[in-house]
Amino acid sequence: MIRVEHVSKTYRVQKRSAGFAAALTSLFSREYEEIRALNDVSFTIGDGEMIGYMGPNGAGKSSTIKILSGILTPDSGSVTIDGRVPWKNRIEHVKSIGVVFGQRSQLWWDIPVIDSYELLRDIYAIPKAQYSKNLEELTELLALSELLKTPTRQLSLGQRMRCEIAASLLHAPKVLFLDEPTIGLDAVSKIAVREFVTRQNREHGTTVILTTHDMQDISALAKRVILIGRGRILLDGTIDDIRREGANPGGETTDLDQAVANLYRRLDIL
Amino acid sequence: MKKYCSFFRVRFALGLQYRTAALAGMVTQFFWGGMNILMYRAFYEADAAAFPMTLQATSSYIWLQQAFLMLFAAWLLENEIFDDIVSGNVAYELCRPVNIYDMWFARSAANRLSRAVLRSFPILAVASLLPAPYGMAAPASAAHFLLFLLTAVLGFGVTVAFFMLVYALTFYTVSPNGLRILISSVVEFFAGAIIPLPFFPDGVRRVFEMLPFASMQNVPLRVYSASMTAQEMARAIGLQAFWLAALVAAGRMLCSHALTKMTVQGG
Repeated sequence: MIRVEHVSKTYRVQKRSAGFAAALTSLFSREYEEIRALNDVSFTIGDGEMIGYMGPNGAGKSSTIKILSGILTPDSGSVTIDGRVPWKNRIEHVKSIGVVFGQRSQLWWDIPVIDSYELLRDIYAIPKAQYSKNLEELTELLALSELLKTPTRQLSLGQRMRCEIAASLLHAPKVLFLDEPTIGLDAVSKIAVREFVTRQNREHGTTVILTTHDMQDISALAKRVILIGRGRILLDGTIDDIRREGANPGGETTDLDQAVANLYRRLDIL
Repeated sequence: MKKYCSFFRVRFALGLQYRTAALAGMVTQFFWGGMNILMYRAFYEADAAAFPMTLQATSSYIWLQQAFLMLFAAWLLENEIFDDIVSGNVAYELCRPVNIYDMWFARSAANRLSRAVLRSFPILAVASLLPAPYGMAAPASAAHFLLFLLTAVLGFGVTVAFFMLVYALTFYTVSPNGLRILISSVVEFFAGAIIPLPFFPDGVRRVFEMLPFASMQNVPLRVYSASMTAQEMARAIGLQAFWLAALVAAGRMLCSHALTKMTVQGG
């Protein structure tokens, strides 16, 4: 059970105009602008749900994920995940979550993937029997057997992403955060990732929170969609709600990407 | 504890891979040590009595310093840790049930140790074959050798703990480079890496010896060649223990403060 109540987070961003004069001025006095990344955000996610968390770039998606995974501390508001406050009981909390950041790598660059996995096994103190069982299952489902002995730097993006997802699931977390997991993947890899995530949710009851700009990801995976823009929750519903709210002015239905674009424009959150 | 050992193991194994770097480093250090000793020889020939250490003791100091350079070098920082912080990849590390300070401590200790292991033995072997007073002499006594080991471990701990402060400070800056360059040169100077501390004028030296930098390579290298009295050694070991505890405590505090304040850069 994930409960987020009235969470706000502000960043201070340095601003300066273009040009040499402005650069010189900024040596002495700097202007900062407060950016409200999250503004009174509240939602609740039940166990075993699959949530699509969407919004335009800079809407506050990643900030939310970082707060939920205990990396960032919000300015105000409360978050409890299974009764724990992520940023206060960080070490306890992260034992039961798995995270995939599509644009970063958690595998050691220069060593074979299997060595990274064994390091993770020790970090999470996964019992031997459970580790081999999970590894076997993940290897089979994500077709990793050929990849495990290869150093990470020699994997293609699609291969690496499969290894990254497996790495996040070795300790059988209850909650899985996927931050743009299909970014840059080809069609085959995308479908493989989607099928795997669906299966993981169905068979292990893993709660999945997915952020992505790929509407096909959302429609394939998420029954419930939370839309965030300019730090506020604007819609909490189903994919059909998005379709309806984002319909073309004439009222005719359109494809999902167009519907989302219409919706963003209508809500003025770009 | 096991997880930190695993970090240590992975980093150590990784460090052992760089054979060519080790070979090149060894050759460089051998020449560097040789040139240094020749320079000191010229000074000693002018007036041997003007120096606080014998030429033999200075030679041993220099060879040990070259052999264990990687344990104490002020410029050997973990680039991966800086990269992780600057690029925001640290997000992943924070999603692990580990204490960031302990993990990075294990990693940087392993990095230094793996490099030192590859280089130290060949350098020590060759240096001990060189004729006196230019080679490396045997330790003054078995007790001195044991004390050398103890102070080397403590000095190594102080070095790693000191640079943990640099990593933690990186959370507060946009780029770590300035801090790195500044601190590396300051540490090299005050630690006796450029000129052994006994060669400094007495007043200055007494102050230098109180600083944490003197608790790094200065103590073990001088203990080995018996250029300290028993009383001086006892005091130096006490200071090493104090600085180790103080630096670890400060590093932990700084790290946990940084984590509550930080913003992860880039998306």
